[in-house]
Amino acid sequence: MTTSSSVPGAVISASEGLAALVDVLAEDRTVIGPTCRDGAIVLAEISTADELPHGCGVELEAGRYRLVSRPDAMIFAHSAGPQSWKTYLHPQRERLWTVDRDARGRLAFQAEDVAPPAYAFLGVRPCDLRAIAVQDRVLGGGPHTATAYRRRRERAFVVAVECTDPGATCFCTSMGSGPGVGREDGDAAAYDLALTEVLDDEGHRFWVRAGSPAGERVLGRLPHRPGDAPSRVAAREAVAAAAQHMERAMPPVDLHALMAGSLDAARWDDVAARCLTCGNCTMVCPTCFCTTTEDVTDLTGDHAERWQRWDSCFDLDFSHLHGGPVRASARSRYRQWLTHKLGTWHDQFGESGCVGCGRCIVWCPVGIDITEEAAALHAESADRQAAAEETP
Amino acid sequence: MNPAAARPSSRPFPYRVVRRARETADVATFELSPVGDALPPFRPGQFAMVYAFGVGEIPVSVSGLDDGEPTLVHTVRAVGAVSRALYGLRVGDTVGVRGPYGVGWDLASAAGLDVLVVAGGIGLAPLRPLILDGLAQPGRYGRLTVLIGARTPSDLLYRAQTRAWGAEAHIDVTVDHPEPDWRGDVGVVTRLLSRGTWSPSRVCAFVCGPEPMIHAVAGELVRAGTPPHRVQVSLERNMRCGEGFCGHCQLGSVLLCRDGPVTDWGRAEPLLAVKEL
Repeated sequence: MTTSSSVPGAVISASEGLAALVDVLAEDRTVIGPTCRDGAIVLAEISTADELPHGCGVELEAGRYRLVSRPDAMIFAHSAGPQSWKTYLHPQRERLWTVDRDARGRLAFQAEDVAPPAYAFLGVRPCDLRAIAVQDRVLGGGPHTATAYRRRRERAFVVAVECTDPGATCFCTSMGSGPGVGREDGDAAAYDLALTEVLDDEGHRFWVRAGSPAGERVLGRLPHRPGDAPSRVAAREAVAAAAQHMERAMPPVDLHALMAGSLDAARWDDVAARCLTCGNCTMVCPTCFCTTTEDVTDLTGDHAERWQRWDSCFDLDFSHLHGGPVRASARSRYRQWLTHKLGTWHDQFGESGCVGCGRCIVWCPVGIDITEEAAALHAESADRQAAAEETP
Repeated sequence: MNPAAARPSSRPFPYRVVRRARETADVATFELSPVGDALPPFRPGQFAMVYAFGVGEIPVSVSGLDDGEPTLVHTVRAVGAVSRALYGLRVGDTVGVRGPYGVGWDLASAAGLDVLVVAGGIGLAPLRPLILDGLAQPGRYGRLTVLIGARTPSDLLYRAQTRAWGAEAHIDVTVDHPEPDWRGDVGVVTRLLSRGTWSPSRVCAFVCGPEPMIHAVAGELVRAGTPPHRVQVSLERNMRCGEGFCGHCQLGSVLLCRDGPVTDWGRAEPLLAVKEL
C-alpha cells in the first residue's frame, strides 16, 4: 500500500484504476457489483468495470423507485437497490443436508458441504457494511454458528464505496451507519478496500484506503498514485455533503426503550390498517435473517433433503403453534417486525437491527415509512407521558 | 464472529427406536439409541430437533434423565404432521436427532428448598427428567411435590411411574373431565395449589403445560409469596433451527431456543402479558 503518514490512502482513476480493480478481483473471485437491469440497480456478477452503472441514478420515495440518467458519469451515485448482500451471504434458498434411506430403513445424513464461491463485493455502501456486521453477529455471534454463512463470509472480499448521493428515503446518518465508512483509519474488520468516488475539475477518480492486508495487496496491484490532500478533502467533503442531504431521520430518542414502552400503542392499529402484510420490507431489509425449512423427498421416496429459505414474520404461518398462529393480527405482525428491528434486536444481539438504508420505505407497496412510524410512536409515548404528569 | 467459541450448525444424527410405550391414545414415549456417534448429553429441560424421514422436524423436550447411557427418551403427542409421524414409529425405525438445545431447568438453584413441580397435560414430559433428578438426590432438596393435571384420566402420562414416585414424593393428580372409575380430584391443577404443604417463600417451582395454565399457576404462586425468580416455566414457540438463526421462536426480547425454553417467571410474565407477542 502506497501511503504517506500525513495522507493515508491512494488515488485510482475511475477508468483504468477501477477497470484494473475488477480485473484483479476477477482473477480468483466471483465479483458482484451493482448493474442496471430491469429498471433498477441490481446486484449481479460482473467481469468488467464497464458493467457497473455508469451515469445511473435513482429517484426514491415511499413506495416508489425510478432509475434515472444522471447528467454526469458517476458510477456509484445511486443508493441501495432492492437487493442487499445477504442475497449472496445468506441466500434465499440453500440446501442444509440430505438423507438417504436404505432397504433396511437405515438413515444416512449428509451435511451440505460444497465449497462456496469466493466473492468480491464491489460497491458495498456503509449502511450495507453495517448490515453485514449485524448478520455476522446474528448468524455467528451466539452459542452456535451458521456454518455455510461463515464459510461464505470468511472468503468474501469487501470493497466498500462511501455514499455521496443518498436517496430521499435514506436515514443512515441518524442510525450512525453512514454515509461514510467510519474513522479515517478505518475499521479493519469491516472492509478490505474503501473507495470514495470524486468527480471534479481534477478528474473522475477514487480515494482509496485499505482495511486489511488482502486489501493492501489488491491496492498494490492497481495503477494508483499516493493520496494527495486535494483528493482527500474532496472525498471528505462529498461524504459530509451526503450527510447534510439526508432527508429522513429516525427520531433522536432511545428507540430500544421507545419500542419496549410502546407494545400497546394505538399507532399499531393505524399502521395495521395500511399494512398489507406482504413481507416486502423483510425481503429487502439487509439485516432480516429469518428463515424457514422445507423437507422434500424425491420420487424414489428414499432420498430426502432439507432446504432453508427466507421467511417473513409477516407470514401467518411464521408463529404457527398447535392451535393456530401466535400472531394472528396484522397489528401484531407489524409490531413484531418494528419492535424487533429497533428494539428487541438490542436485547438479542446487542445492537439495532436497522441500518438506515431506507429499502423498506421504498419497496413497501403502500409506502409505510419506518421513520414516520417511529416518530408517531414517539409522539404517542410523549403525549401519554404528558397526560400522566398532568394527572394529579 | 467468533467461530472458535461457537458450535457449528449440524445435520441430524441417526437414532434407532429401541423401545416404544404407548402412553395415551395420542401420546407415546420412545427410547432412542444412536446408530453411530451419539449427541452430547442432554440436561433436563433441554430439547432436541427430531426429524421424521421425509416429513419434517420438530422440537421435542428430553423426557429421560442422562444416566451415562447414550440413549434419549422423548414423549411425543400426535398433533401435527411430524408429531403424528413420530407417534407412528415402531421399534427398529430410525429418526434424525439434533441437539442438545436450549437452557434447561435449574434444579441446582432449589438446593435446600422445597421442590414443587406442576405439570399440565404433555407438560409433564419435559418435567419428568427433573423429577427423576430430584428423586436421585435425596437430602439435597426439601420436600418434593408433584401436581399433575390432565384433561381426562385416560390422558395421564407415565401412570405406573407416577405411582412409584409417590413413595418418596407427594403426588397429587387432577383431571378436567372424570371417567366413571375416577376417584381422584376433578378440576384445574391450580386448585391443588391451595393444599400446599410447602412454604411459599421456601419453595422452588417448576411449571410446564398450556400457557393459560402456566399463567394461572405461576401467578398464584407469586401471589402467595414465592419470588418470581424461583418459579421456572418452560414455554413453547414455533422453532425451525434450534440454534438461534431462524427467528421463529421470538417472544419479545427472548429467543426461546437460545434463552429458553426454560425461563423464570420474572422474565416470562411481562412477555406473556402482551397479547400476540
